[in-house]
Amino acid sequence: MNSRLLTQHPAANLATARGRARLAWRRWLPRGQALVTAMPYGWLLLFFLVPFLFVLGISFSEVEVASPPYRALLSRSEDVLNVALNLGNYRYLFGDALYLDAYLGSLQMASITTLICLLLGYPIAYTIARAPLTKRNTLLMLVMLPFWTSFLVRVYAWMGILDNEGLLNKLLLQLGLIDTPLQLMHTQLSVQIVMVYAYLPFMILPLFSNLAKLDGRLLEAAEDLGCRPWQAFLRVTLPLSRNGIVAGAMLVFIPAVGEFVIPELVGTPESLMIGKVLWMEFFDNNNWPMAGAVTIVMVALLIIPITYLHKREEKQLAQAEQR
Amino acid sequence: MQEKDISGFGRLVLTLGLAFLYVPILILIVYSFNSSKLVSVWAEFSTSWYRVLFNDSDVIAAFGLSVRIALLASLMSVVLGTLAGMALARFGRFRGKSLFAGMLTAPMVMPEVITGLSMLLLFIQLKDWFGFPAERGMLTIWIGHVTLCMAYVTVVIRSRLLEMDRSVEEAAMDLGAKPVKTFFLITLPIIAPAIASSFLLAFTLSIDDLVITAFLSGPGATTLPQLIFSRVRLGLNPEINALASITVLVVTVLVISANRLMARAERRRSRLAQLAA
Repeated sequence: MNSRLLTQHPAANLATARGRARLAWRRWLPRGQALVTAMPYGWLLLFFLVPFLFVLGISFSEVEVASPPYRALLSRSEDVLNVALNLGNYRYLFGDALYLDAYLGSLQMASITTLICLLLGYPIAYTIARAPLTKRNTLLMLVMLPFWTSFLVRVYAWMGILDNEGLLNKLLLQLGLIDTPLQLMHTQLSVQIVMVYAYLPFMILPLFSNLAKLDGRLLEAAEDLGCRPWQAFLRVTLPLSRNGIVAGAMLVFIPAVGEFVIPELVGTPESLMIGKVLWMEFFDNNNWPMAGAVTIVMVALLIIPITYLHKREEKQLAQAEQR
Repeated sequence: MQEKDISGFGRLVLTLGLAFLYVPILILIVYSFNSSKLVSVWAEFSTSWYRVLFNDSDVIAAFGLSVRIALLASLMSVVLGTLAGMALARFGRFRGKSLFAGMLTAPMVMPEVITGLSMLLLFIQLKDWFGFPAERGMLTIWIGHVTLCMAYVTVVIRSRLLEMDRSVEEAAMDLGAKPVKTFFLITLPIIAPAIASSFLLAFTLSIDDLVITAFLSGPGATTLPQLIFSRVRLGLNPEINALASITVLVVTVLVISANRLMARAERRRSRLAQLAA
């Protein structure tokens, strides 16, 4: 009855149509919705969240010559349940300069990589975002193509360039700039170059999608009001692209901290990055509890930037949802 | 006048940027046609390393395994990712939503050594308790890849669902279609291009993954990235140059054709939207 009364006005009609459709999701789906949600949710709980608890557990364990090579946290003798939490791994980790240096070195490497990627990526993303629509798509594809190409291939490509008998040294020798080949490979510099190269696309894409949304009229207004182009850039474009900068920086910084492949292939054996330390503890030393402790500390370091990134992205999506 | 200045600077930026991105890859390809065993010394043009590559049974076996895992992992992750995208974009607020969204962001940025190690410890524990999975190999790698890829799929699908016009869905349901029917008849065709591109993304992520795979694979299972990694660790290798060049070629062809298809779908969509308006 009520609904028939309401439907007499066209606007009301539309409103109830929407309302009813929304209701249909709600009424019919609670069970269906739960089912749809449960599959990916359950998968992630089991294969992503729960594993962290195991890492946490194992980081309080001790190495044993057994298979698996660690002592169980819980043991039962008669009716007594023994819980043995070994804090030794963490004490060792914080007491040994090797680990601290690796953490600091990784954070430093990741920060510099992020900064260089931003300085290189911003002008590229900006230029593409301002390009005429017909060219934009092609340019973006050209920039993203290396991202789709294998990560390993991109790292390997630099091995041939940076090698002591590699192309860069040959070029410099030919030009007479140097007399003897430089040691480029297996240095901090080589890691830095390849890190920037590998992570640059992760910076460009979020920056581009942010800058492409920028309202060109704001820049025109700024110019009309007497701003020089660089002033307009500093005072309008740059502040408005903050979200893109933050997203790009996080997408580079967070995975870069734990990078393993690049320091392994082009890095020095002495100066370790934490991803490589974790790998060595696990695969070479077979010290799983130590690898667990290294992981937990790394997660603790990264949880703040990850949460920050996540909150920002969710906020933007929530705005999109309301529209 | 000023417009031109900016575009001149822009052209310089693009030239330098694209050179930085492409010169290393081009050099890699050029040297794959080098007859010398020393990668950095040019001898003469030859395709011998491609012959060596195509007769390398280890490479072929690893490639086969990688493709199988990538196909299966991208299929599964597209299904799970689409469900997750629906849940996040359509079901409003529900309990545990922020944890759910968080677990979908984390695998994308989390260093892979962390994800790999933690999943490995899970599998070891599961084997201890239930005797399953008895051996690490294709199954465990597949699970790892699905977990990684579904996060990416969810991002693509979710944002597509959020930007699409919902009134069509609402009309269908108002006319009595059940939500499941609405999804398959209305929503799915509309987001099909996004599903195709997320499948492609998942496939490339899976076939390229090294670190998670290294933790989750067993003695019998070596994927292509693992094989490349183990050889490249020993130094430059012209056979790998040939393999890498083929990879680049395949990816380029795939991405360009996907891009074309997507642009065409986009044009058709906007034309239809114009007609409808």
